[in-house]
Amino acid sequence: MIQLDHITWKTGDRVILADVTIAIPANTYAVLMGSTGCGKTTLLEILCGLRSPTSGRVLLDNVDVTDLEPRERGIGYVPQDLALFPGLRVREQIGFAPKLRGVPPEELNQRVNRLAEQFGIAPLLDRLPDMLSGGEKQRVALARALAAQPKLLLLDEPLSALDESMRAEAVTLLQRVQSEHSLTVLHVTHSSSEAAALGHLHLRMAGGRLEVETKA
Amino acid sequence: MTLNRSNLCWLALAVITAGYLLFWAFLLGATATYSTPDSWLKVLMSPEIRHATWLSLVTCTLAAGFAVLLAVPVGYLMSRLEFRGKSWLDAALDIPIILPPLVVGLCLLIFFQTWGGKLIENGFDVDLSPIEVPESWRPDPPLIRDEENEFTHEYKKPSQMGDHWKHLLHVPGFPFTYQISGVILAQFVVAAAFAIRTMRGTFQHLSARPEDVALTLGCTRFQALWHVALPAARRGMVAAFCIAWARSLGEFGPILVFAGATRMKTEVLPTTVWLELSVGNLEAAVAVSLFMVALAVLVLVAVRATGEKV
Repeated sequence: MIQLDHITWKTGDRVILADVTIAIPANTYAVLMGSTGCGKTTLLEILCGLRSPTSGRVLLDNVDVTDLEPRERGIGYVPQDLALFPGLRVREQIGFAPKLRGVPPEELNQRVNRLAEQFGIAPLLDRLPDMLSGGEKQRVALARALAAQPKLLLLDEPLSALDESMRAEAVTLLQRVQSEHSLTVLHVTHSSSEAAALGHLHLRMAGGRLEVETKA
Repeated sequence: MTLNRSNLCWLALAVITAGYLLFWAFLLGATATYSTPDSWLKVLMSPEIRHATWLSLVTCTLAAGFAVLLAVPVGYLMSRLEFRGKSWLDAALDIPIILPPLVVGLCLLIFFQTWGGKLIENGFDVDLSPIEVPESWRPDPPLIRDEENEFTHEYKKPSQMGDHWKHLLHVPGFPFTYQISGVILAQFVVAAAFAIRTMRGTFQHLSARPEDVALTLGCTRFQALWHVALPAARRGMVAAFCIAWARSLGEFGPILVFAGATRMKTEVLPTTVWLELSVGNLEAAVAVSLFMVALAVLVLVAVRATGEKV
């Protein structure tokens, strides 16, 4: 469960997030919409711990994580540009987090292969990011985030670079991933159709405030 | 190809580039024709020049290596962290670039005449006393002859012997002034500023987003730098090394002032050119100058070719 408790974030005199308070239940697929520059990415970064709020608290499963480092929060993050690690092969990208945590090589290989199978990228394991298409990169970024076995997944417009046909396929994949891994997902998007297809909970950000939208 | 406006533009730019390269070709050509290959070979095979060549290669490589080791953390800090006074620090890091080379040498020379510099060069003693030593551990007093001419241990009261052992640990110094290490330091001081500038530019061009993702995947900031930023910046590191190496090879002023121009000791190739010129041996100066040009081109092409593969 994600709880944002009176989160405010200011830069200079400009208020980007104004007293944002919201609770997203566990195993929920929440979609967040809003105009460009309204503070959606800032909100995700505060959740991840990449940015400290000016005031307010972030609670994950009722634990205050506001002062914890990103690595201590158990959050998977897929940014808009996917941010694959340059120079690392797909196998190393997916195995990055387990290797860091000292998972034995055999178990690491199994985990990488299982995720690669699940995301349909097994034939790409020895490729570098430069040799992947947009859709393949997106799958690798998702697999890399899930290899860390997070409870919460934050997606910042992950499908924006995909064409229409690939986007439909990716939506199905995200639905499957969320249910199979019992994840709480917060997905930022500009696409109403994407939000309608994926979201259990619809959020809208405007003027630095976050509101829950009720489905018509 | 028809000569349209776009082509004319490219043609004009090509003429400017070719003109600049031609100017350099004339400069080098004129220098090369001043002497004959036979006399070049004779000069270059002399023991003094061979020593200077060897010393130049070793000191440039070490100075460039140290410069990159410094430039990576400093460049990363300057590109990733926003803090108060950053623009002042930025300007301070560029000081060796704008300072006249002789002034850099003078600064080094004066620094090593100060208390701190002398401490580095001469070393210092650390007083490890007082350390309590049990009576039984102490050696016997020295043997002396008593009134009956028999050997006996000199009697001393414990207070006379002292209740403590005085221990002085000498930390050896590391001399720089007029030494080979001074050549490396003089080259490093200037080369590091160029390497820092290159590494800062490299990190600024790399997105910080992969490092952010690495932090969420379990990395500390240091691990994100080591596992993500450094592999991505490896070409920049090669470029920084090249620039630092080339800069070190051409360094003259600080070396002359700080490390001197002692033949077969601290003489590097630019010093050789100056020494030969000062005694009117223009042929030798020309030979060494051309050799430096060839050496620089050769090493930079080799390092860049390696850089393309990493």
